[in-house]
Formats: sequence, C-alpha cells, structure tokens
Amino acid sequence: MKPAVEVRELTRTFGTFTAVDRVTFDVREGEIFGFLGPNGAGKTTTIKMLAGLLAPASGTGIVAGLDIRTQAERVKQLIGYMSQLFSLYADLTVEENIAFFAGLYEVKGPRLVERRDWVLEMAGLTQHRRRMTGELSLGWKQRLALGCAVLHQPPILFLDEPTSGVDPLSRRNFWDLIYTLAAQGTTIFVSTHYMEEAEYCHRLALMNRGRLIALDRPAALRAQMPATILEVATDNGPLATQALLGAPGVIESAMFGRAVHVVVEDRGHALRTLPGLLESRGLECREIREVPPSLEDVFVSLVRREGGAVAG
Amino acid sequence: MNLSLHRLLAMARKEALHLRRDPRSLGMAFAVPAAMIIFFGYVISFDVNNIRLAVLDGDRSQRSRELVDALLAAGRFSIVQRTDNRHEAERLLDRGSVRMVITIPPGFQKNLAAGEPAPVQALVDGADANTAAIALNYAGSIVSNFSARVTLQASQRSARPVDAASRVWYNETLESSNMIVPGLVAVIMMIIAAMLTALTIAREWERGTMEQLAATPVHRVEVILGKLLPYLGIGLVDVTAAVLIGMVVFDVPFRGNPLLLLGMTTLFLIGTLGLGIFISAAFKSQLLATQTALLATYLPSLILSGLMFDIAGMPLVLRVLSNVVPAKYFIVVLRGIFLKGVGLEVLWAQGVAMIAFAVVGLGLAVLSFRKELA
Repeated sequence: MKPAVEVRELTRTFGTFTAVDRVTFDVREGEIFGFLGPNGAGKTTTIKMLAGLLAPASGTGIVAGLDIRTQAERVKQLIGYMSQLFSLYADLTVEENIAFFAGLYEVKGPRLVERRDWVLEMAGLTQHRRRMTGELSLGWKQRLALGCAVLHQPPILFLDEPTSGVDPLSRRNFWDLIYTLAAQGTTIFVSTHYMEEAEYCHRLALMNRGRLIALDRPAALRAQMPATILEVATDNGPLATQALLGAPGVIESAMFGRAVHVVVEDRGHALRTLPGLLESRGLECREIREVPPSLEDVFVSLVRREGGAVAG
Repeated sequence: MNLSLHRLLAMARKEALHLRRDPRSLGMAFAVPAAMIIFFGYVISFDVNNIRLAVLDGDRSQRSRELVDALLAAGRFSIVQRTDNRHEAERLLDRGSVRMVITIPPGFQKNLAAGEPAPVQALVDGADANTAAIALNYAGSIVSNFSARVTLQASQRSARPVDAASRVWYNETLESSNMIVPGLVAVIMMIIAAMLTALTIAREWERGTMEQLAATPVHRVEVILGKLLPYLGIGLVDVTAAVLIGMVVFDVPFRGNPLLLLGMTTLFLIGTLGLGIFISAAFKSQLLATQTALLATYLPSLILSGLMFDIAGMPLVLRVLSNVVPAKYFIVVLRGIFLKGVGLEVLWAQGVAMIAFAVVGLGLAVLSFRKELA
C-alpha cells in the first residue's frame, strides 16, 4: 500500500535558523501518526509545509500522491488542516463558519446539508448553531474547527496541537473524535506536546530542534529505552532525590508524585545498593521497584543520547 | 487556474456578514460619504457673497446714489457704513470690518453730465487675493454697466453700439456647487473605497484567520474578487446617494445618461477597491494599511485632480503627476455627465483611463496577495 505521506530530507530555514532539518518519514494510510516534541522542535513548520502553507527549502514531500512543491493547491483539496491557533471567524455564527468553509471546499446541495448536520452533531453544537463563534468555549471552538476541516471528507487530516490550552475532559472528547475519524479510514497526522496524548497514536515521531530523533510505536519506543527506571518510595522525597542524584550508576533522579524516579544503568546493581545508600543518610526506603518508562523518560533519554539539549 | 464561482460567492457572502456585524465599517461605508458630500458641498464654495462695503460718497448727487443702488442691486454687496471721512473708511478696511471702500469724488454728477471722465475709486482688502479679485471683478462690471447706461442716455439711443451678448454654458448660473459637488463624489469615493478594503486582508492576517483560509483550495483571484464584490455594491449605493444629494440638496442638474455613469463608476470603484486591497495585502496591518490608503488617496485626489485647483496652471512636474491620479479622469466624467449631458463620444478617453485603472487596481491586488504564510 502506498503511504499517505512521504517525506524525504525535508528542510525549511528562516534566515539562518533551520526550523526543520532533513526530516525523512512515511505516514501509512489510515494510521494515527503522532508528532511529539517540545515547542520549537519544528512540528508546526513541518505540518505547514505538508499542508501547502509553507514552501520547503529543500527535500521532497508527497501528500496523497501529490508533490507539495508543485501541486500544493491540489493537495489542499485532499487534506483537512487545523491550525494551532484558533482561526475561524469569531464574528460569524457556528453555521455561517460551516457554510463558508463548505463553500470554499465546494461542498454543496444535499451533501452540504448532510455534512453540516454531521459536523454540528459531532461537535455537539446543534443547540448552539446560531451562536457567535467567538462566544464559544475553547473546547467547542476546537471541535468546530475540526468539523470545518473535515467538511469535504478529506482522506488525510493534519492537526497541529489541536488540544493545546483545553481542559483534560475536552481533550479526551477531542481524541474520541479523532478515533471516530480514524475508524472511518481517515489518515490522521497530529502533533502534540502532551505526552499522554502521544500514547493514543499508532506510531510516534519524536522531534527535537528540527530533527527527527525517533519513530516507532509508543510501546516499541519505550522498549528502546536503554536504562531502567526505578520507583523509590521513601519518607522524604526531596532529600532522597538529592541523595540519589550523585550516587554511582544513577543517571537521573527526579520527584514523581510522592515517589522518586531514578534512572539507572544497571538494574541489579541499583536494586542491591540503593536501599543501603538511603539508609546510610537516615532516610527510609519503604519500597523499590522497576516501572515501565514513560514517553517523557524515553524522550529525555533519546535527546541525551544524541548529545543535545531539549529545546523549549 | 480553475476558478469557481461557488467559492467566489462563498467569499463574498462571508465578507458581507463581517460588514453587517461591524458598525464601524458600516458607518464608514454609508454615513461618512453622505456626510462628507453635504459638509464639503456647503463649505467649499468659490462664490463670493455678502461682500461688506463702506461707501464714501463725496458727491451726494442723484447719479452717485444711482451708482450705489446699482452696486447693491446685484446682491453681492452689503453696505456696512456710509461715511464722509476718508480716514474712517480706511480704518474700517484696516480692522477688516469691510472688504472694500467705494469712493465717489465730488463733481461726479457734473462730470458725467459734461461728458467728462468721472473716476470712481474702489479700495479693496487684498489679504485674501482670491476674494479681492472676485470682488473687484463684480464691482468693475457693475460700474461699467452703469457707465454704459449713462452713455446711452446721453446719446439718446436705444441700443449699445457693440453689445457682447455673453452666455455661460453648462453651469448657467455659475454656481460653484454645480462644479464642486460632482467632483466631490470622485474624491470622496476614492478615499472611502480604498479605506474600506484596506482593512480586509490585513484583518485576516491580524486575527489569524488567514491561516485557515490559506489552507483551503480557494484561488487568490476568488479571494480578491469575493472580497471586492460587497464593497462594490456599497460603493454603487454611495455614489447613487451622492448623486441624489447633489440634485436635491445642492440643485445640481443631472443631464446625462445614468447608465453611462453607472458603468464608469463601476470601473472607477473596481480600481480604487483593488488599490485598497493591494495596500492591505502589502502591509498586513489594519492600522498601517488604513493610514497608507488615506495618504495615497486623499492628497492626490484633492490637490491633483482639478477639483479645487486648475491643473493647467501647475508646474510641469505636478501636471505630469496629475495624469496618474484616477480622480482627475473621474471628475471629468462626473462633470460631463452631470452638467453637459455628454456621452462616450466625448468621454471615451476617460473611459479608457477608467478601464486602465480598474485593470491596474485589480492586478495589483491579485499579485500582492499570496496564500503562503511567511
């Protein structure tokens, strides 16, 4: 099966700053492809190039079989795009925004009615169809923006940090919509800086400072983690974190809720020596156990391995 | 290039909705031009009326009274003071209480009766040269008419030997509002139309809506024409209102073909609206764009259009520059259709200028608008 998106050595510079640096990847048809990285990692610039909004400096991008350099306007008919910042018209009603974008995508006649009602229902805005868009809560605005981006039923959907600034419940609702669209066969390319959202993706590309540093399923990425994470339950978290930071074989030590997460090179050695080390400092070691690494742990360790710092 | 009327109309409908919801734009679109026509129509006038006059009648004869009556009969002068004292008359002029002092020397009637020259002096306040010249002109023509009448009476003949029967065409009453009001329509529409569209593209950039718009397959020609369409409608309503105000409020005659005016106005508005969009797309800021639009339209249209100042009397550089001021051509069109009732047989050159302006305005707008985000 041909990939929905093919990116080869894609690069974009702004003056002397390289926002996206020779990025190469494929997005398979029908998958939810996540783009994870801190602000300034180059996620938005990459998405804008693929959506035909920015011209690449070099490299190639094929979206839905079309070259983004030469056929950007035709690409736009086959994709939906939702920008990071809310960019519908605040002084138009919900219905008027839908009608406007339907007009630009040439959705008309009975299909217009059907699609409009579908979007209103999906976004939960049927009751509020005549309200000014500017008066809606951010969660609703974002669902309306998603609706306007899929009015023409595009096979590929680009979502640039669609849930930034939204409360957790609205975020969860939004991801339900993403799953619904994916179940209908839409390829979804979504960027985020929320680690827990990254877990919902089929495959995940990690970006830092314009470079792609890893690409795999979330579980496989965690399995790549070279070090072990130990969770230590103790009577004094802050002091224990300090004490463990300089200990032999410890790479990283950080508070994680009331416990301490310690990244170690050698699991066996650490399990044997760390309880004694804590007790010698007068701290209690109630429990020490291995936990699976979170994506954040993976991300930080991958960036370290590259010898770079985390941008952001 | 695959243009779609459907997308263009979607764009136009959206733009009309913005307008309907924005009282400031609506006021700018409808109230400001009407108010400007009325205001400027009253204020800008080259007619000199009610010239205050002091009369120093040293003769106090029947003839001297007849001359003063003749001056008053024309309706342009009003006597503020009659005096015998030359110094007092000069003081009135110094203080600005009067604009002109007419001195009739002793012996005026006697000289006339004897067929001798009978000089009359008019002292005028030249601080406002234009008004002074017009006042002198009025006084001079009244006095020479009076003089001709006296000569005729003396020679017992019923007609003057040579009679210059002058008639003014097109603006028979020589009311300056007949000349000013049609010209004002051109200048005001130039300013308003450019200001209105100067907001449209910049607003999309400032509010961040350009990003979503640029992500759709809409063609830039569709964006520009779609944005232009509602404003063209507004402009045509404005011009119609201005024509009616001119006819009703200022009694300006309308003698030409309304359809020709409609066609010419449409071309002129397309050019001006396009210019506004060009400025808007170039600056991407509503504030900068409106200020630039005002500057680019207001001064040239007012000064170099021939509305207030005669272009033929300007230095060469300004005469050449005036050729690229669209209002200059539109003013000729408006005056021609309003006052002369002439058609394309006379106004074809202006018609060509209007077409060129529309093409350039639209062309600049389309070329300056890019869907790519920078």
